[in-house]
Amino acid sequence: MAEFRVCPDSGFYFHKSAESLMKVNAVVGIVALLIAGLLALGVVLTRWQEVHWLPADTFYMVLTAHGINALIFWIIFFEMAVLYFASSTLLRCRVATPAWGWIGFFLMLIGAVMNNVAVFSGSSSVMMTSYVPMQAEPHFYLGLILFAVGALIQVFVFFGTLVVAQTEKTYEGSVPLVTFGAITAAIIAVFTIASGAIILIPTFLWSIGYVSHIDAEMYRVIWWGMGHSSQQINVSAHVSIWYLVAGVLFGARPMSEKVSRFAFLLYILFLQLASAHHILVDPGISTEWKIFNTSYAMYLAVLASMIHGLTVPGSMEVAQRRKGFTKGLFEWLRKAPWGNPVFSGTFIAIVTFGFIGGITGVVMGTEQINLIIHNTIYVPAHFHATVVTGTTLTFMAITYLLIPVLFRRQLFLPWVAKMQPYVFGGGMTILILFMLGAGTMGVSRRHWDMDFAGAAMAFEYPAIAYTMMAIGAIGGVLGIVGGGMFLLVAVGSLLFGKKLEASAGIMESFAGKPLADSVYNVDKPEVLAMAPQLEEDHHEGFEAPGTFMLAMLLLVTFVVYYFINWKYLASVWPLG
Amino acid sequence: MTSFMPPADRNWWKVPVGRQELIWIAIALVWCIIMFLMMPLWHVYGKQNLSTEAYQTTPAKFGAKVEEMISQYKVGEEAGMPVVAPPVGSDVYMLGRLWQWYPILKLKKDQEYRLHLSSMDWQHGWSLQPDNINLQIVPGYDMVLKVTPDKAGTFSVICNEYCGIGHHTMVGKIYVEE
Repeated sequence: MAEFRVCPDSGFYFHKSAESLMKVNAVVGIVALLIAGLLALGVVLTRWQEVHWLPADTFYMVLTAHGINALIFWIIFFEMAVLYFASSTLLRCRVATPAWGWIGFFLMLIGAVMNNVAVFSGSSSVMMTSYVPMQAEPHFYLGLILFAVGALIQVFVFFGTLVVAQTEKTYEGSVPLVTFGAITAAIIAVFTIASGAIILIPTFLWSIGYVSHIDAEMYRVIWWGMGHSSQQINVSAHVSIWYLVAGVLFGARPMSEKVSRFAFLLYILFLQLASAHHILVDPGISTEWKIFNTSYAMYLAVLASMIHGLTVPGSMEVAQRRKGFTKGLFEWLRKAPWGNPVFSGTFIAIVTFGFIGGITGVVMGTEQINLIIHNTIYVPAHFHATVVTGTTLTFMAITYLLIPVLFRRQLFLPWVAKMQPYVFGGGMTILILFMLGAGTMGVSRRHWDMDFAGAAMAFEYPAIAYTMMAIGAIGGVLGIVGGGMFLLVAVGSLLFGKKLEASAGIMESFAGKPLADSVYNVDKPEVLAMAPQLEEDHHEGFEAPGTFMLAMLLLVTFVVYYFINWKYLASVWPLG
Repeated sequence: MTSFMPPADRNWWKVPVGRQELIWIAIALVWCIIMFLMMPLWHVYGKQNLSTEAYQTTPAKFGAKVEEMISQYKVGEEAGMPVVAPPVGSDVYMLGRLWQWYPILKLKKDQEYRLHLSSMDWQHGWSLQPDNINLQIVPGYDMVLKVTPDKAGTFSVICNEYCGIGHHTMVGKIYVEE
């Protein structure tokens, strides 16, 4: 029986099992995003001191649930969908052992629900990091462990699918760059999940009384092997999607396969060292260890991101120039499809991830500069620039592509979709910039009351810190509205979007029968051929000068901001 | 077309890299090396470097040292908490617990002290304001740093590691006198 369909709009081949697995993972991820977004409202409206909405216990519970649902459940579920797409769909092969994929998915689902139950019962408000010896309910840890095991199973289904593609020769030459990036993400995921297991399993045993003591410092070092590395899965995944979007929308070719793949390889080799970023002001950690690890050996993973920062927009520029948009430095960018949310979302993600997320991350990850930033609200500002305007906005952008291609529905309320990346990206950028400012003034993260009500001794932040938190919160509310617009379009499209192809029914579509049987009429997809050679392929000139200017702007911003922070550090109490 | 297709050239790793990418990689690498060198350089020429001196301890042992210091050098009381003025250059202790930084310290400007920090229970964040120095305080570890307060005035220590429902009330104090 034919198991494949070809999407007439995009030319992608979908294997029936892969399609169902992609859908369930993506949809559950989006549900987690919905929960996280609603909770975000509680967080920003409480930290906006003039509003100060939730009582302390609710606030900490909401903050815990917001962090876990957004950073772990939303992103990792969606990444599972990305892995199926990058293997089965791009390589035109059947998915390996789909039954195991379902087992993995259900373990993740059970784990996510179990963890949320623990948090919302109110007795596990321990924050996403759950630093020992503060203890959560046993099912808080067990939920995370089941989730991680499920994710690991799906990652191995991905590896198996790559083997299927290779042995059944469904493609010529080497795997595409996007698949290569996804492999990077999957390899980092294995490392990440292993670190999580090493620390969460003993912590679970401690919570039920089988282990008497978990060393708090050891917990921090190993937990961050999961906590930070999981963000590196996101980086690899969303950079892969950037390349995919450049290819789909512009027909862009990577400027150099060698350079881009080398940059991904640097991620595998060095990104994991970043757990050190969280340990820089901890007791007793040696200076050499901190310098080597916090800098990813010698900023080699930063080098990788700077390379992608040039080659992703650079490949778009080359493609645009080939189409005739050659006037000046930036005609290619001005004439880009800014009304298409797939493009605008991706481009806003590239800019905010690079200019804000990347620069602030390196600055606060500098061994000594961390002294003036650790645990201030600067930290969540940084990672909202990487994980929200970077990863989440990228995933939103690709969802606008997946709705017609994967779900075979027309976009519901396309004008909302058109505005959504600007509202979401703009609102979040305001939140991030003002949180960065407040953090520089010493405002604490994970803190219910910047007035310190009830404290025996008073401390007052300068008035400007309050103003920054208020403006940031307004940006946050705008960002949440933008998130709501995304959910409206995504969920609306699945329920009410015009069907582009005969559906098997809403329930069937999530249970191994995505579309009507008649749609699956391809027995064996054509072998994926190598990209055609172009005459001008072996150029050596400056084919993307506009992007080069943008890259130099990034560098100048980076250098100036980096040294400003050293100057600020020099003004605080000498320590030795 | 090709980001999601196999590379046009089967031997893609042999295709020469364009001038633009090479220049950017070179610039970026130089910047990475500069940033890398800044950290050891600051250890030589900078004044804000975190010491690596730390000892394993227990809440009972650390608490006893705090009490010993208080009994020797207590100069007053404020908000029910002892104010301690230990001698210049001595070992000075401050502990974090639910939800206090204990005791209040009185230090002399431009003099060096050996400051010991630890937690009696959960993890805490020692955040000196408004100077903005932030340290992670971990139970079971006695963190020792040489500090030289270089400004006179009243400083607050707030907690910036979440430590439960009273987290926001955890405010301590350090006086620095001329």
